[in-house]
Amino acid sequence: MDKNQRQVRLMRQSLFDQGFLDEQFIQLEELQDDANPNFVEEIATSYYQDSSRSLQTIELALEKTPHDFNKLDGYMHQFKGSSSSIGAKKVKAECQQFREYCKAGNGEGCMRTFQALKREHATLKKRLEAYFQLARQAGPIETARRPK
Amino acid sequence: MNLSNGMGSMSTASSSGAWKSADVVSDQFPAGLRVLVVDDDPTCLMILEKMLRTCLYEVTKCNRAEIALKLLRENKNGFDIVISDVHMPDMDGFKLLERVGLEMDLPVIMMSADDGKSVVMKGVTHGACDYLIKPVRIEALKNIWQHVVRKKKNEWKEVEQSGSVEEGDRQPKPSDDADYSSSANEGTWKNSKRRKDEEEEADERDDSSTLKKPRVVWSVELHQQFVGAVNQLGIDKAVPKKILELMNVPGLTRENVASHLQKYRLYLRRLSGVSQHPSNLNNSFLSPQEASFGAMSSLNGLDLQTLAVTGQLPAQSLATLQAGLGRSTAKSGMPMPLVDQRNLFSFENPKLRFAEGQQHLSSSKPMNLLHGIPTNMEAKQLANLHQSAQSLGGVNMQVNAHGVQNSALLMQMSQPQSRGQILNETSGTHVPRLSSSMGQPILSNGIPSGVLGRNGIADNGRGAGYNPVQQNSSMLNFPLNNSSELPGNNFTLGSTPGMSSLTSKGAFPEDANCEIKRSSGFAPSYDIFNELHHHKSNDWDLQNVGLTFDASQHTNTMHGSLDSSVLVHQGFSSSQRSAPSRNPSTVGKAMFSIGEGTHHVNVQNNGQHLNSLIVDNTVRVKAERVPDASSQTSYFHEQFGQEDLMSALLKQQQEGIGATENEFDFDGYSLDNIPV
Repeated sequence: MDKNQRQVRLMRQSLFDQGFLDEQFIQLEELQDDANPNFVEEIATSYYQDSSRSLQTIELALEKTPHDFNKLDGYMHQFKGSSSSIGAKKVKAECQQFREYCKAGNGEGCMRTFQALKREHATLKKRLEAYFQLARQAGPIETARRPK
Repeated sequence: MNLSNGMGSMSTASSSGAWKSADVVSDQFPAGLRVLVVDDDPTCLMILEKMLRTCLYEVTKCNRAEIALKLLRENKNGFDIVISDVHMPDMDGFKLLERVGLEMDLPVIMMSADDGKSVVMKGVTHGACDYLIKPVRIEALKNIWQHVVRKKKNEWKEVEQSGSVEEGDRQPKPSDDADYSSSANEGTWKNSKRRKDEEEEADERDDSSTLKKPRVVWSVELHQQFVGAVNQLGIDKAVPKKILELMNVPGLTRENVASHLQKYRLYLRRLSGVSQHPSNLNNSFLSPQEASFGAMSSLNGLDLQTLAVTGQLPAQSLATLQAGLGRSTAKSGMPMPLVDQRNLFSFENPKLRFAEGQQHLSSSKPMNLLHGIPTNMEAKQLANLHQSAQSLGGVNMQVNAHGVQNSALLMQMSQPQSRGQILNETSGTHVPRLSSSMGQPILSNGIPSGVLGRNGIADNGRGAGYNPVQQNSSMLNFPLNNSSELPGNNFTLGSTPGMSSLTSKGAFPEDANCEIKRSSGFAPSYDIFNELHHHKSNDWDLQNVGLTFDASQHTNTMHGSLDSSVLVHQGFSSSQRSAPSRNPSTVGKAMFSIGEGTHHVNVQNNGQHLNSLIVDNTVRVKAERVPDASSQTSYFHEQFGQEDLMSALLKQQQEGIGATENEFDFDGYSLDNIPV
């Protein structure tokens, strides 16, 4: 394996080790095949496009007071669903926390959590972008695949 | 396929293309399962689509519930299953679930990131057949086909149930001797009067969409009319006939209303927190009427006739049965329709049947089957059959009890299980059972041949292995699925069982065979036999049953009609069976001999054998016959104690008939060959 490939492997592994990604990401990797060689990247791209919009919606809703917790919870539920579908572990955890605060009617907690959520969301985006870029440069490598 | 929004026609088109040829597809079931996935989240939608495609399903994605409904309505029978998210902006997922259940009666799987108990419970009460927690893993999607099969099976049962009520109207078409005798090939079968009517109905079907019988689509307006009528009558007093009258919708049949009513009742129960599926299916099916139907299907035509012939079966019931069975027997008035219905409702249109079966397979339209049946004639047939079955007694095995003594015997032979089996056909649980059950029901009740037919068909499919129906579409019940013989197995369930067997066997002239096979009605007896033979391992009581019919038939007027039909069936069945072992041919032979004009004679002669055989198990005959199919014969023998009789009978037949090694000795059912 050449240097680039090794680096890609390491990058990928650290994403898991540091808790950014979970098992669901591996599910996506396994779906990638010759017919869809960039499937994972496409999914991630779609997620980020969609989730950015969602975040804006939630942000606007948070600015309105009093907080409509039901609505906020609804938004976050959706957001959590799509984040979990790509395996965004830390983002998902923040979503969960946000929902708990919504249920408790804790506006302050919601707002704090929301900020943390945005940070995690942005961090993951950067990491994934770097990862995909390097992966493309390195060429197809064997990513860890679960034995079928 | 990338339907990002709403469905483009393409996706629909592409997805519906999946089941173009049930035969081909069915073999690969569940590959090609047509899935409609609805989720407002585009990322999830993309992932699900990819996962489903990896499972080899045909996927159509949609991000709006309204669009999904539109797609479903435009393309009835275009999908086998729906997967929907719970939280969607334009329509609540549960609402969509209800609509789909009422209008199309497709299995619906709900998904959500929410795994709270109350939400899951809501899914259950609204009738979701499963609930997946997001993020969905591909493993969870791999087995969704089971819901399709299960639903089809249940639908079969429902149909039968509702069909039985209606029976009574069906008048058996005058038996057409000519039809039977010479037309072993499809030509005659189709000509059965009954068939014609049904076929006409079938013809209306959209062949392009896998030969499915036209389903009644319960639009919102129609449903409202329906609900209005029900409320007016009072939910307890609401009977399909009255509802139909109140609704006054041209083209709507009592069967349509009956099956819809059943669903509606279920829906109401769900709302009230009680979700019990009136499944009597397995058991209820067996309920005399139903069971008979089920069983009958396989036996269909033949059985009815036999039953009728033997005099056991009241002529009327026989007629009804036949009608129900699927007209296969048109002649004797034994409605084979049931068989067809079940399987494919094949009787009506062999091809339809197959189509249906196939359709069912592909679209697993549980609805279709039901609907199809009712609309076509199946419902009626079923009804008839039921009635007949009823008269016979409890179908399940009761059929025998019903009165038809011979049939009773036969039925017994077929075993009560068969009933269940027959019914099971839909459930596809027992492939073998079906055979046995098939045999039985038919016998006793003359049960809708359809029922038997179904079984028969199923058997055919089963032949060697029961892949049966169970997998495919329970609806189809008929062995179609089971046996490897059936090309499409899985989907052949109803429709093609006959066909598949036939076609696969090749022995049977496609035309003739197909019909026969398909409709299972054809050779209800045959089917049974075939199945018996095929399934050697199975206890195809049906086999016995089939044989008995013949015998009995001969004695009665049925001779003419039955014989032919019987023979034909047999021929077919044998051919079908032949796959596994020659048996089919032998069986067919035996059948022929029985059926053929001489059959009467022979029957008479052998009569004693036959009679005894019949009494014991018509199947026995089969066992005997299959000299070729050693396996089969052995099978039969094991099954039927009376094999000896049968074999004796068969031998006679065989000799006359000659080696019918080939699958279809019938060769177009020339009875001539059959030595008298």
